[in-house]
Amino acid sequence: MIQALLAVVRRDLLLAMRQRGDVFNVLMFFVIVVTMFPLGVGPDKDTLRLIAPGVVWVAALLSAILSLGRLFALDYADGTLEQIMLSGQPLSLTVLGKIAAHWLITGAPITVMSVVLAMVFDMAVGPGATLVASLLLGTPCLSLIGAVGAALTLGLRGAGVLVTLLVLPLYVPVLICGALAVERSAGGLSPAPGLMVLAALSLGATALAPWAIGAALRVSVE
Amino acid sequence: MQTQTIRPLRFGLHRFAAPPEFYRLAGRLIPWFGSAAAVLAAFGLYLGFFVAPTDFQQGEVYRIIFIHVPAAWMSMFIYAVMAFWAGVGLAFNTRMSSMWACAMAPTGALMAFLALWTGALWGRPAWGAYWAWDARMTSTLILLFLYLGFMALHGAIDDPRRADRAAGVLALVGVVNLPIIYFSVQWWNTLHQGATISLTRAPTMATTMLEAMFVMMLSFWMYSIATSLARVRAILLEREKRTSWAQAIARG
Amino acid sequence: MHWASWQDFWAMGGSGRYVWGAYGLVALALAAEVMLLRARVRRARETVRRTADWSNKETQQ
Repeated sequence: MIQALLAVVRRDLLLAMRQRGDVFNVLMFFVIVVTMFPLGVGPDKDTLRLIAPGVVWVAALLSAILSLGRLFALDYADGTLEQIMLSGQPLSLTVLGKIAAHWLITGAPITVMSVVLAMVFDMAVGPGATLVASLLLGTPCLSLIGAVGAALTLGLRGAGVLVTLLVLPLYVPVLICGALAVERSAGGLSPAPGLMVLAALSLGATALAPWAIGAALRVSVE
Repeated sequence: MQTQTIRPLRFGLHRFAAPPEFYRLAGRLIPWFGSAAAVLAAFGLYLGFFVAPTDFQQGEVYRIIFIHVPAAWMSMFIYAVMAFWAGVGLAFNTRMSSMWACAMAPTGALMAFLALWTGALWGRPAWGAYWAWDARMTSTLILLFLYLGFMALHGAIDDPRRADRAAGVLALVGVVNLPIIYFSVQWWNTLHQGATISLTRAPTMATTMLEAMFVMMLSFWMYSIATSLARVRAILLEREKRTSWAQAIARG
Repeated sequence: MHWASWQDFWAMGGSGRYVWGAYGLVALALAAEVMLLRARVRRARETVRRTADWSNKETQQ
């Protein structure tokens, strides 16, 4: 079973590496969105340190949604998705494999990039580390919940904006816990509660989302 | 044309799962629920304006509560019921259940919107700000987004069955997330505001206030059922326009 | 009954515009919903009638 999972991950990673541009674009989007805020708000260091957790997290949400376009749509367009679903392989496994690959090319780079962004916003080491940790724990949840939206909107016109509408409200708990953990850390308190909730959300999503995604895929692919 | 096998229920209720029967039943029920809503509203408003006393802290403006709380409560209740029937439609592949869920959504969304609006009009005189990002109002706003997402997804899919099922999955995901969203927003609110009191907490309520609020809640409930019944009739006609029963009704 | 006069009732202790603004909006919104629904059912019946006539014409030809 693990081998089947790894095979799915490897395949998706290979496909993504062939279109490296797509992956890079999402990361660039993340950085550019974050950069917009100091430009809009002003370079005052204290203000920036205050808004940094929220800004980085919102940018992460938007980047995650943006990247969902390639999760199922490419396989759906050329019929591969239907083949996979007919192949008799447990759908949940395939779904988890695809999402793991998706996270490796979106959530993971975003988490790494946040190290740089923490310095850009002049965050102290503690809050900066918490930011990275929160993204590490929270971005899997974003990929999982986002996948539900991606599966539901397969092949629809205007799918991009629609996915955003559907998925952002569901992202709110992750956003709140992530940003809150960093703020607590900045205030000298322990970020552990927020980080633990994030971990719980990601674990819960890993357990429950594959069901919803499978159901959504079956609905969309008929 | 696809015939549905309907599992027999007690009292022959299962026949109402068939569109023409449900259409006729809905038509007969609407006047009852509508009148009940009107009578309860009249009684509730009487209690609210002429029996309930002036509030010690907030004066008269608290009386907005008699429409604010029912709207807020209905918006949440309708979402749960909607998700339930969408789930039934998904699990048992019954069209009527999914159509019923779709029929309820716009009324639920309207209730959420009214809760927000009346909450803002209450907040301004009572606490100085139209919108204060407190836990309950923010959660209601997110609930409105969930409703709009449900309706947007359903509207974006041309095939009615796929639309029903997709929106159904979304509703179930939403209803599972709703408590998580509520608690996280509450946590967000308390940590950012410290020891401030919850801004939309009702004043300590005299019994008459509670009675008036309860009657108004029932009224809103009856109203929501009536509008959902009317809307499901429209949906039935729209979807079944090629069937003989619908054409017979439209002509006769 | 504790309103000294109708004027007191409408004034609502100074916050009349908020109270009546809220109630007015709700009444308006609910009335609009009912009217829109009636129109929707009417339109649906029309569509069904037209579909019936059209398919009748087809079978006649």
